[in-house]
Amino acid sequence: MKNKAKIVIIGGGISGASIAYNLAEKGETDVVVLERHYLTSGATGRCGAGVRQQWGTKMNCLIAKKSIEFFEKAEEILDYDDVEFKQEGYLIVGSDEEEDELFEKNVKLQQSLGIPAKKLTPEEAKEIVPHLNTDGVYSATFCKTDGHLNPFLMTDAYYKAAKRRGVEFYTETEVTGIDVENGEIKGVKTDKGYIECEIVVNAAGGYAKQIGEMAGVDIPVFSQNREILVTEPIERMQDPMVISFSKNIYCQQTPHGAFIMGRGDNREAGLSVESTWKFLDEMAKTVTNLLPPVGELRVIRQWGGLYNMSPDRQPIIGGTDEVKGFYMACGFSGHGFMFGPMTGVLISELILGEEPSMPMEELELSRFDGKDVEAYETNVV
Amino acid sequence: MDPKNIIICRCSDVTLADLFELFDEGYTSFEELKRIARVGMGPCQANTCGKMVQWEISKYFKKPLEEIPFHNMRPLTLGVKLRAIKEAAEDEE
Repeated sequence: MKNKAKIVIIGGGISGASIAYNLAEKGETDVVVLERHYLTSGATGRCGAGVRQQWGTKMNCLIAKKSIEFFEKAEEILDYDDVEFKQEGYLIVGSDEEEDELFEKNVKLQQSLGIPAKKLTPEEAKEIVPHLNTDGVYSATFCKTDGHLNPFLMTDAYYKAAKRRGVEFYTETEVTGIDVENGEIKGVKTDKGYIECEIVVNAAGGYAKQIGEMAGVDIPVFSQNREILVTEPIERMQDPMVISFSKNIYCQQTPHGAFIMGRGDNREAGLSVESTWKFLDEMAKTVTNLLPPVGELRVIRQWGGLYNMSPDRQPIIGGTDEVKGFYMACGFSGHGFMFGPMTGVLISELILGEEPSMPMEELELSRFDGKDVEAYETNVV
Repeated sequence: MDPKNIIICRCSDVTLADLFELFDEGYTSFEELKRIARVGMGPCQANTCGKMVQWEISKYFKKPLEEIPFHNMRPLTLGVKLRAIKEAAEDEE
């Protein structure tokens, strides 16, 4: 293991791998990525593998849109065989007039930013997903360029591209402390040794708060276990991801054939990723009602993963005046995987002193300074 | 026998040759292999291939079998239909 590097990235998920790649691609190769277990062992590898642009805040829409544009060319740019990207859309179904008003507002925002989303009637939704049960569906929205992407392979593509450019990755290496002197980063302590460095990037997903504490930075995020399950693979029967905020479900068929589905419940903050029978029961009821034929499939596995929630459900991307050299890419609130490309672009621009590709005021930690957050992204399952 | 003709994971169609290739690329743990090749992630949930994968890692890297961690087993033990789970849950209510 190196005992000195310019930049140490903590976290071997999509964010860490994307940041490493972007830095190396721009010529900064004195970079080390530390991962406690194996790559994608945290939130990235536990996510629902969906990528969408249908968000309710401008920043989330913009980050998602630019990230999708990258995914469309990812195999070519990163020289990788197949990341299992398919753009067959996200169909979002709503239950009542109130949700319909939200859809109206969202679609207007999305269209103004160039995202090809549109409102649909229940009948139109059924044309896209013929097995959708439209009882209790008031209206829907659809964006055809949203879709599916394999989190393991996408991260692997970034990892290999970063490695070829000189970045070193240390797995099974846990960060135990961060050295800060006079408000400046000096190094990172791990269970495998010490690494002297100038810059630390906190891309630790569910553990972002704990990493912040090591550097003496209080990040207003909390983690929450969200559960998910997968079925046996079957022949192709559903093109888009089907999701609903009010019905509390997301469900898609992956290109491989398996159905992946999840839902959230308002459980206590914590770091547990346990699986519960309660989730299995509720998930089975919800999906069998909304997508009846999916009820005939066998569940083969369930697991949990951490959403790292920020106060406004938008990510925290940027540095802090409190500690020079400490950068954060966290608080993704359940959509860190699909924002991965822009996370890497933005953090690399900030570190290298380049002009950021998008306005950063609403992404930096300082946006919460002395302010109560009133408006926040509501389009999260 | 040609490793290309030895099927290790029947659910995900992974051969011994595939495993050797992944070992050479640097994927050395069961968890990493699962995520790149889907070995052990199909309907049998590694009940068929699990021990074989562990054994092949041990042989290839010349490490004792007991030092090769088995994969992280997750529920369910057997595949169960979602509708059956729904009906059982509603029955209890």
